[in-house]
Amino acid sequence: MVSGAVFFQRESAMSQPSISKSMTSGESGLAVVFAATAFLCVIAAAKALDAPFAFHAALSAAASVAAVFCIVNRYFERPAALPPAEINGRPNYNMGPIKFSSFMAMFWGIAGFLVGLIIASQLAWPALNFDLPWISFGRLRPLHTSAVIFAFGGNVLIATSFYVVQKSCRVRLAGDLAPWFVVVGYNFFILVAGTGYLLGVTQSKEYAEPEWYADLWLTIVWVVYLLVFLATIIKRKEPHIFVANWFYLAFIVTIAVLHLGNNSALPVSVFGSKSYVAWGGIQDAMFQWWYGHNAVGFFLTAGFLAIMYYFIPKRAERPIYSYRLSIIHFWALIFLYIWAGPHHLHYTALPDWTQTLGMTFSIMLWMPSWGGMINGLMTLSGAWDKLRTDPVLRMLVVSVAFYGMSTFEGPMMSIKVVNSLSHYTDWTIGHVHSGALGWVGFVSFGALYCLVPWAWNRKGLYSLKLVNWHFWVATLGIVLYISAMWVSGILQGLMWRAYTSLGFLEYSFIETVEAMHPFYVIRAAGGGLFLIGALIMAYNLWMTVRVGEAEVQMPVALQPAE
Amino acid sequence: MTDHSEFDSVSGKTTTGHEWDGIKELNTPLPRWWVISFYLTIIWSIGYWIVYPAWPLISSNTTGLLGYSTRASLAVELANLEALRGEKMAALAAAPLADIEKDPALLALARAKGKTVFGDNCAPCHGSGGAGAKGFPNLNDDDWLWGGTLDQIMQTIQFGVRSGHAKTHEGQMLAFGKDGVLKGDEIVTVANYVRSLSGLPTRAGYDKAKGEKIFVENCVACHGDGGKGNLEMGAPDLTDKIWLYGSDEAALIETISQGRAGVMPAWEGRLDPATIKAMAVYVHSLGGGK
Repeated sequence: MVSGAVFFQRESAMSQPSISKSMTSGESGLAVVFAATAFLCVIAAAKALDAPFAFHAALSAAASVAAVFCIVNRYFERPAALPPAEINGRPNYNMGPIKFSSFMAMFWGIAGFLVGLIIASQLAWPALNFDLPWISFGRLRPLHTSAVIFAFGGNVLIATSFYVVQKSCRVRLAGDLAPWFVVVGYNFFILVAGTGYLLGVTQSKEYAEPEWYADLWLTIVWVVYLLVFLATIIKRKEPHIFVANWFYLAFIVTIAVLHLGNNSALPVSVFGSKSYVAWGGIQDAMFQWWYGHNAVGFFLTAGFLAIMYYFIPKRAERPIYSYRLSIIHFWALIFLYIWAGPHHLHYTALPDWTQTLGMTFSIMLWMPSWGGMINGLMTLSGAWDKLRTDPVLRMLVVSVAFYGMSTFEGPMMSIKVVNSLSHYTDWTIGHVHSGALGWVGFVSFGALYCLVPWAWNRKGLYSLKLVNWHFWVATLGIVLYISAMWVSGILQGLMWRAYTSLGFLEYSFIETVEAMHPFYVIRAAGGGLFLIGALIMAYNLWMTVRVGEAEVQMPVALQPAE
Repeated sequence: MTDHSEFDSVSGKTTTGHEWDGIKELNTPLPRWWVISFYLTIIWSIGYWIVYPAWPLISSNTTGLLGYSTRASLAVELANLEALRGEKMAALAAAPLADIEKDPALLALARAKGKTVFGDNCAPCHGSGGAGAKGFPNLNDDDWLWGGTLDQIMQTIQFGVRSGHAKTHEGQMLAFGKDGVLKGDEIVTVANYVRSLSGLPTRAGYDKAKGEKIFVENCVACHGDGGKGNLEMGAPDLTDKIWLYGSDEAALIETISQGRAGVMPAWEGRLDPATIKAMAVYVHSLGGGK
């Protein structure tokens, strides 16, 4: 490739007579570890018992070699000294990994929304499965959920957490290679998981489909993520820890615990993709939904509340409404959420007492959830007029409104008599998507619209008009999606339980499926609009980076004496 | 850091004095309605724990004042259904098959039961209205492979077709091409002859006499003289316009050269006798029963 040119630059860089240059222990250590990993992966590929495992081992070997190359190349490219923590008394923030994660978030977001549109269309028109196993609904559905939750949402969380923790601690992100290891390693996990689904590799646990070797890799990446985050907080220049960082930390720690608990599994062979989960029967079901519901609670709620707590006050330029509410609702949320999982298993073999606890804790969770909504919305007091002029702030605020709606709907659906109607119907799908599209999607979009100009040092977005278009197209999409699913879910539930006067079920299952068709078409249309909105966004962000005007760095201001 | 709290003129509150990257916090107390609602959900939950099974003990759990259990409530619901339809279903089970259609109450019951069971068991192949699909017979017409009387329908449902059950219907369309009985041109010729039986147009220049000869030598054993079909063998009538696998030349050539042997499962053992009876009546009443 261009290694020749790169090499000459190196020569000139190295000829600068400054301090003598040597590899850090991190660089040399990681290069050796990746070289060894590449070797082990080649062996694994050669001895693989199944084709997908061989493919993943080969992919990992190639990635390890690439990692060694990148580390060594980066070493030759860089000046002798590592980037300083401060320049002229101001923190020298590390934006590289944040830019990478923001880009990947947008990429995976569009991929995930597109796959969502495909599977929504497959439900409306089953012929779109084309009788091909790789693109059948069963394999694409986890691809969709993982792509939007873990790939899109995960990259947004990593990007924003790395940004917020630096800014709110007033220090450069801890580590030199470690933040890069987190963002690239995390995306490699997504790649292995996603290609695995298409090849039929799954441990058949919802939202925890990746097999044992992908899980192990994620564990390593996640521990490094935790260490980078913690180390940055520890060396902070602010006396207190900002509320967003509590939420980020709760998210990182709890996801680690959930991941380890639910994915305890024994591989059939270290050279094969198949494993068996340690838990069995109802214990496995309970573990699964303890994990599944807290993935909602700590990944999709706590993590994104952290985003809300930084980006809304920042964008609205108003103080956070209530410090006390933030403390109380944080601890109440953390304590109560972890109990709510059993409401996914109402009217099953799960003991009645466990169902009761799951339901009552879900009810008690209502106000702690709304605490976040109150703090998000009320922070706007004194700045409501900005909603007219700033579509980014509008997106952030509407996301909080959807958050409030979903966190009311959730406790309501956890009540057993409501659940007896809603369970297993499309109402659940509608509920999930009012949270996923309205809350997680919009708060992520709003954060990225803020973050991209900041991280790339641009004065502002390429076009606020396009943000406005994105907002309205996506909002219309969400409304179509969730109202179609409410109607179809309730209709479905009522049809399933309808009895004739003779005491027989009024409708066969196939008749209820037929009745869903128009709503599935409307849902697919809503999903299509949401995807179009995201494409508008991607163009806008791309143009912001490409042609946006660079922000003029303020001359070093006099630091007020503290 | 000393106290940097400021007065916020918009809200009339002071800030806490903390500041991160320009973000401050107001010292607003907890909203009263929020606190009260939170306490109410806690009180409600405690009340719920008292009356319903709730907390685990060492080897059991609190059972609650109401003595509720999901299992018991399911038993009540099932008993209610049994009370509603149990006697009637017993009457249906006891009634001879031939008498059911004469008693309007029994007929209505059998049709209601049959429709439910049909939807969940038969519709995946035969369609929710019984209209069939390629390879799966239409149950609304009066063209029957294995007979359309009540007894015959019941027998087919009970034991299936090529199902592996000891009493199943047997017999299949042989693969004349694959097994080397007929050559390619002979298959084309006889396919055209078969088309002519129901008045469908034939390929220009095909040898009708040769087609008839092949048909007589190979096909009449099952399909009967003139191709009128045979219920004993499940051999379809070739003179009508009803085709299970298609009537165009290509489809017929495929049928003749590859053979056909679709399967219908045996329902005896999977559904109870009264249910099978109800289903036979339901299918019989779809429009084509004999």
